[in-house]
Amino acid sequence: MTELWQAPWPWYVAGPLLGLTVPVLLLIGNKSFGISSSLRHICAACFPADIDFFRYDWKKEIWNLWFVGGILVGGWIGNTVLKNPEPIAISAATVEALRALGIHDFTSGLMPSDLFSWESLLSVRGLVFFVFGGFLIGFGTRYAEGCTSGHSIMGLATLQWPSLVATVCFMAGGFLMTHLGLPLLLKWVD
Amino acid sequence: MIPVAPKQTIESADLQNLTSRQESTFSNWKYGLVGICFGIVFVKAEILSWFRIQEMFRLDSFHMYGVIGSAVLVGLVSVQLIRRFGVRTLQGEPVQIQKKRFHKGLVIGGLLFGIGWAITGACPGPLFGQIGAGYTAVSVTLLSAVGGTWTYGRLKNKLPH
Repeated sequence: MTELWQAPWPWYVAGPLLGLTVPVLLLIGNKSFGISSSLRHICAACFPADIDFFRYDWKKEIWNLWFVGGILVGGWIGNTVLKNPEPIAISAATVEALRALGIHDFTSGLMPSDLFSWESLLSVRGLVFFVFGGFLIGFGTRYAEGCTSGHSIMGLATLQWPSLVATVCFMAGGFLMTHLGLPLLLKWVD
Repeated sequence: MIPVAPKQTIESADLQNLTSRQESTFSNWKYGLVGICFGIVFVKAEILSWFRIQEMFRLDSFHMYGVIGSAVLVGLVSVQLIRRFGVRTLQGEPVQIQKKRFHKGLVIGGLLFGIGWAITGACPGPLFGQIGAGYTAVSVTLLSAVGGTWTYGRLKNKLPH
């Protein structure tokens, strides 16, 4: 029985569960699903700096901060109580491609420790991966008015074409970065 | 109550709470609970793994496409059912769905976010999940993302929309 909880869940279990978030949030309180706006609410609550964009009733959107707080707790439960004892099963082709880029840790968990550790934060590589990458997430999602949840799930599920445009752009940016940017970046900051 | 800024045309997309009711602080536990379930799925389906995002952008695995595709399908069918049968919220209100409007930012911002997604292996949701899962250094990424959002707010009027 414990194996059932510890084994990773296949896409056809996880996807429908994520999709159910859309009707659940609508029905328990008329909330449109979306996560990146939580970053805006954090700005509005903590550093509004008299900027128009951060002057609104963020307290009405506080449900969103409860939601992302829940994700944090869920992440903890998933990687402790329900932790998968086996190393993550990544496709051989990806392992090979990443090894060629200088990634060595494929067994310690969900993320390679070569990149995502406090030690790496003090290097140029860490700075690029954490600070530059994070900045683009925050800046890009707000400029696009949504992320994978608000556009790619909520927007597509409600058949709104602007969300399809946004989703295509998210994917295009990711493909460009993975195939052209990352090889250069990993070589440059090695 | 902070007065709502008068210019609420473009940014209205971020105001996702469409209930007209006042909710008590305590009633927010529901959203926390949904978040916990969501976070568990993120870890158990390895959606917040940098490796899985790399696999997706390298077209080496169907996993992430299956996750997002089936999530959209389930969301779509549920919303259609809610509309068809006029299902109301727990509070008895008609269900309101936020409208997405097109502007150039969806393209420019979308591309920039895609680049950040490939670097960090995370969209905003998984950032919170990664920190909870024990990758505490990612809190620096989250802070930087908050900084990115703030910078957008600061420059908004000078950017093409």
